[in-house]
Amino acid sequence: MDLRFTDAQPTAAEREAVESVLGPAGMDSHQRIRTASNLRIFATGMQSVSDRRHLLLPALETVQSEIGWVSEGALMHICRELSVPPAEAWGVATFYSLISVDPSPPVVLHVCDDIVCRRAGALDLMEGLESNGRTPGVRWLPSPCLGQCDRAPAAYIQRAGEEDGVLVSMDPQTRPIGPDGGVISSNGHHPSAAVPQAGEPHLRLLRRVGAVNPRSLDSYLEAGGYRALEAAVEMGPAAVVAEIKASGLRGRGGAAFPAWIKWEAVADSPDPVRYLICNADESEPGTFKDRVLMEDDPFSVIEAMTISGHAIGARQGYLYIRGEYPLATRRLRSAIDQARRAGLLGESTRSGISFDIDLRRGQGAYICGEETALMNSIEGLRGEPRNKPPFPTVSGLFGKPTVINNVETLCNVLDIVTDGGAAFASVGTPQSTGPKLFCLSGSVRRPGTYEVEFGATLGDLIELAGGLPEGRRLRAVLLGGAAGSFVLPDLLEMPLTFEAASEAGVSLGSGVIMAFDQHTDFGDILARIAAFFRDETCGQCVPCRVGTVRVEEALARIRRDPQPGDLELIEDIDLAMRDASICGLGHTAAIALRSALELGLLE
Amino acid sequence: MTLPETSETREAVRLTIDGAPVEVRPGATLLEACRQMGTDVPTLCYLETLTPVNVCRICVVEVERNRTLVPACSRIAEEGMVVKTDSDRVRHSRKMILEFLGSSVDLSAAEDEVGEWMRQYQAEPARYGPQSEPTVAGERDRRHPGHHGEVNGRTAEGVHQPTKVDNTLYVRDYSRCILCYKCVEACGIDAQGTYAIAVAGRGFDARISTEMDLPLGDGACVFCGNCIGVCPTGALMFRSEWELRRAELWDPDAQSVTRTVCSYCGVGCNLELHTQDNRIVKVTSPQDHDVTSGHLCIKGRFGYDYVQNLGDVDRSSIDEVLAKARRPAPE
Amino acid sequence: MDDAEVVILWGSNARAAHPIFFHRIIRAVRRGATLFCVDPRRSESAEWADLWLGIDVGSDIALSNAVAREILANRLENREFIERATLNFDEYAESVEEWTLERGEEVTGVPAEAIRSLAHTYAKADRAQLCWTLGITEHHNATDNVLALINLALLCGHVGRYGSGLVPLRGQNNVQGGGDMGAIPNKFPGFQDVESDEIRGRFETAWNASVPPRKGLHLTQMFEAMEEGHLRGLYVIGENPAESEADVNRARGLLEGLDFIVVQDIFLTRTAQMADVVFPAAADWCEAEGTVTSSERRVQRVRPALRPPGEARTDSHIICSLATAMGRDWGLPAAEEVWDEMRSLSPMHGGMSYRRLEENGGLQWPCYDEDHPGELFLHSRLWANPPGGPLAPFFPVEWVPPVDRLTEDYPTRLTTGRHLDSYNTGVQSGSMKSPIRIGGTIDISPEDCTEWGVSEGEEVRVTSRRGSITVPARVDESLRPGLVFMSLHFPEEVDINQLTIEAWDPKSGTAEFKATAVRVEKMPAQVG
Repeated sequence: MDLRFTDAQPTAAEREAVESVLGPAGMDSHQRIRTASNLRIFATGMQSVSDRRHLLLPALETVQSEIGWVSEGALMHICRELSVPPAEAWGVATFYSLISVDPSPPVVLHVCDDIVCRRAGALDLMEGLESNGRTPGVRWLPSPCLGQCDRAPAAYIQRAGEEDGVLVSMDPQTRPIGPDGGVISSNGHHPSAAVPQAGEPHLRLLRRVGAVNPRSLDSYLEAGGYRALEAAVEMGPAAVVAEIKASGLRGRGGAAFPAWIKWEAVADSPDPVRYLICNADESEPGTFKDRVLMEDDPFSVIEAMTISGHAIGARQGYLYIRGEYPLATRRLRSAIDQARRAGLLGESTRSGISFDIDLRRGQGAYICGEETALMNSIEGLRGEPRNKPPFPTVSGLFGKPTVINNVETLCNVLDIVTDGGAAFASVGTPQSTGPKLFCLSGSVRRPGTYEVEFGATLGDLIELAGGLPEGRRLRAVLLGGAAGSFVLPDLLEMPLTFEAASEAGVSLGSGVIMAFDQHTDFGDILARIAAFFRDETCGQCVPCRVGTVRVEEALARIRRDPQPGDLELIEDIDLAMRDASICGLGHTAAIALRSALELGLLE
Repeated sequence: MTLPETSETREAVRLTIDGAPVEVRPGATLLEACRQMGTDVPTLCYLETLTPVNVCRICVVEVERNRTLVPACSRIAEEGMVVKTDSDRVRHSRKMILEFLGSSVDLSAAEDEVGEWMRQYQAEPARYGPQSEPTVAGERDRRHPGHHGEVNGRTAEGVHQPTKVDNTLYVRDYSRCILCYKCVEACGIDAQGTYAIAVAGRGFDARISTEMDLPLGDGACVFCGNCIGVCPTGALMFRSEWELRRAELWDPDAQSVTRTVCSYCGVGCNLELHTQDNRIVKVTSPQDHDVTSGHLCIKGRFGYDYVQNLGDVDRSSIDEVLAKARRPAPE
Repeated sequence: MDDAEVVILWGSNARAAHPIFFHRIIRAVRRGATLFCVDPRRSESAEWADLWLGIDVGSDIALSNAVAREILANRLENREFIERATLNFDEYAESVEEWTLERGEEVTGVPAEAIRSLAHTYAKADRAQLCWTLGITEHHNATDNVLALINLALLCGHVGRYGSGLVPLRGQNNVQGGGDMGAIPNKFPGFQDVESDEIRGRFETAWNASVPPRKGLHLTQMFEAMEEGHLRGLYVIGENPAESEADVNRARGLLEGLDFIVVQDIFLTRTAQMADVVFPAAADWCEAEGTVTSSERRVQRVRPALRPPGEARTDSHIICSLATAMGRDWGLPAAEEVWDEMRSLSPMHGGMSYRRLEENGGLQWPCYDEDHPGELFLHSRLWANPPGGPLAPFFPVEWVPPVDRLTEDYPTRLTTGRHLDSYNTGVQSGSMKSPIRIGGTIDISPEDCTEWGVSEGEEVRVTSRRGSITVPARVDESLRPGLVFMSLHFPEEVDINQLTIEAWDPKSGTAEFKATAVRVEKMPAQVG
């Protein structure tokens, strides 16, 4: 293509960062490297251009993490290298909140002010950061939920040229950053705090948490790891799909779609090129269960993906993890490396199959948890959802048949293969089979990830989390996350199954159970939810792009002086967003708000 | 001569639209099916010559057994589908979309149908409150995705901002932009292959932008004007038209359109010369002509100054016309 | 074009010169077509190619012959087509025998592997288009260049089929139409031979006048006739030879020596300024009724949108008035009447009534009667068995280097071309306020700039064997050392045709604008 670039050039450090992702500057790129042969012939063409487009986000991400921001010179360098039009690359870079296209200090603190953190003192913390004046070399920004609700308040910290990290359980009265820019708060990892049930014998999904060293393949193997893959290879792909079908496994990401339908469709596709994606972009406010699995049992994610790839005939898998999960990212990367070295991933592995995994980091966009937005993000496009149909099983990643499953969904595959689909189906209820993870947060004594069999009630879960603190009375529960809905204590007896939730007109979503007591300012929480959706909508379709703004404005008026017109307005907007938006974000953006208004939580 | 197999050679698809049966070619969209039977479906981001992006959502229709409404412009007709184009749900969504756009964007220069739909669907953009103040130049272009400023609900936030006038041929007034993506498609993948503009930013702050928000002439733009050719709301405008409008000399009733052939290279591009007072004020190309599909190059679109008539024999540019013709300012 | 598997752009920078045609190439490429671009420069078009072949200026025949030999050596030719529909194959095969890949590389500068790739891909494709423009025809051996490309198409049977053909891209909106209408020295409208008594007889009957039985002179011959003193007067309609001719100093001298010049133009061109009489004309495309014919033989109507300024009149009005003044009252016929008379005499335009042109958005000739839909492509008869009409002959052609040789004194090759936002000598495009106008420059490779100590924007002196001019330098990465480039759009500022050579192709009359030998020199530093 006859692309045009500005004259801006990268610094040596930027060049090096890009090279670490893309390799040495390409002869067939738009770098116009002048050699005797390049002055006579030049081979490019559309195909080679599009073949490398998917490296755009990794290149931007690497420059961001090494340099702290993406300058014009770095952007142009990447564009020349990948033959990407600069305007498009700019469109991609400005889509993600973790990428800065303005000069940034080396340390940027993303302080969560979402529902749980703000109730745990995040606002005081932010006020302290603001009033204590600027620390040279440090900037702070407010952030949506970081998936650390079991140890709020939390912040994600980007450090140019150094490893990023997460600060948790911060003291709202103390500044987390010292005058020298160093981190004061400890960043200890406490699995037992995240998984209060750790070690209990009945656990399935969480049984290795705390028992297996997440950094060691040997430890995983000793605990029985990779026996499921062995079994799956012996059974053959068709039998694996049959067991998944027999298990009744439904997706744990929020939509509860039967896994086998996707698997079978892709396994039977006439197209020989297929992909598997593990959706680890866990961004639904209040959700942190996948993080626990990835941090504390990363090999099981890798093994489960390998089995799935084998079953559907994919040779390449992608693991797309949100950028704000640095520990999980490091553990998974290490797990992938170890598995490759041990011949468990890659070309013709020792199990006889060929399957590899590419880990991709999101860069701060809730919408990329939507399956087709995630695919666009991997492909180097803006994370805008696609219209469906066609569904991913027909035309998914790179236009190829694709299975995309959430982390928890995939982790269930291990037991299904080992114990059989029937055994799995015998757990839970006929329509909601197997174990289920729930994320307990808010006004409970022991927030964390809990595993139960489907059928446990909402009350059971709150009990498991130790109930409410002394003197606190349950006022409402946000079920399913920001995209879920509020329920009152009268539903405590409701079994948390897909069918019971559906009958009650609510959704289990991603397994969020956020408890609120009598001292809750619901107006503030609803405003945060409304702001969240406005911030996180991709902006592609009109109903969602403008609807989320209008909802937030109407809510602001209602909080000041409720008028019937505004309530009606919210209903009107909600209906249009549910009916006419492209994707689930718009469909669900006003549900929590409407449920709260209907339940009288603002009164 | 043998032509490749076309879809017409395969069997037709039968479906029901608003109770009436209709047969369409395989692969036809619901929009095509509706148009085939004379059913009106409003569209904003759709154009025959561009790949459907289905983002404006105004063409949504109700299809039985679908949880949500579906965009007619890109949903492929299937055997046995039962479609409603004028149900309460459809009317509600269209009304809301028109209200969303009307309350956030300046639609005063949009295609005439938009006003008609506003009436037809009883859209009331005013019910969201008075318009927010316009932002200062460049402010929206610098917005970072993520948290936004305080919202008090006293005004309806819009995209109003100063017009970008950074070159001699176009102006870009993003106060009028509904983000239909047409300009991006015409500039990039669907016609011109230049990719000078793309959508940048996210959410309500999403906007059409060059890289780094550069002035058009500093980026990749080759000034073919194909973005203007597809803009449905007047956000992109010929500088000549914009100047005439500003001087209150733009008079559609006094204009005529003449179809002819471009005077430059030998490709045979058809032009529509829009003339007013014996001067060319705008050049477009018919979308249904298979040589251009509505697209032109800089020469065909803008290279007409040499025949501009001024008085008797003076052939000069529009700016000089304006200098002579500009009305005196009211006292 | 949309459905081609392989597209070769040979001596054509369509991205800049034929932008809307290039949209079609983009569409084909998106559908998976392989694009080759043969051009000395890595032009905007070449940036889209799967393979760009940076040929030496004027070595097209060498490349073509090497491609042909490679095809033959690998038995990739379309034997069945050759045997059924062509003549002279053996002679042709013999003529290319010496053009091994190695020899091809030696003469063209293009690596053998790239020549091989083009040959194999083109020959193996089911549908392949071969397109060219002035990079092929503005040479002293233009016709041979074209024949060399035709030979390739015949060799592979890439002609006369849907998606396969030869595509010469026309530079002007009606250069094709001018030829169609007989504005060439040896033809009547519809390419009917002036020297055929039968045909001439039909025209003489219809026009009630006698027509000279010999063909006339083409432009380059006219200048020779001026030089020899046979030609003393000139009636120039819509041409500007005082600026557009190669070796323009010579051309101006000859024009000045004429007894009488009439110019009919919409501009007071440099030629018009030398004229005895000037007829101010209306702009045909927006101030007059009529038709034009595009590169794809599509006849389309043009219509008046503006009233012509002052006393300007349409071309037909001027010509008819002139006839009246000369004593033959032609009246002032409407454009459609003139057209209808023409199509009554030109069979291939017979079915093209104004009404049908309107209804169909133009028609492609031949279109013999009002039921004929026009032809999407030509030469399909070659695929009939036996082929209808004469067989298609191969024409063996010999490579001859450009006339203007590179020597120690003139070591650099200057070639010419077009910018996207400008057109020919700039009389039309010059008044447009283009934000991307580069202006008149000499474009030089970064290596030569360094070698010659020249930087961007610096005035340099460019000297050929015929003249010398000064012009600002522009660094251009699309060029390699030894190759410089100028556009022809800005004759007022940069009179490039003082440099170019008046070597012309005897068969077509086109001049060798594309290959000039020059010397580029840094200007001496200003003293004081």
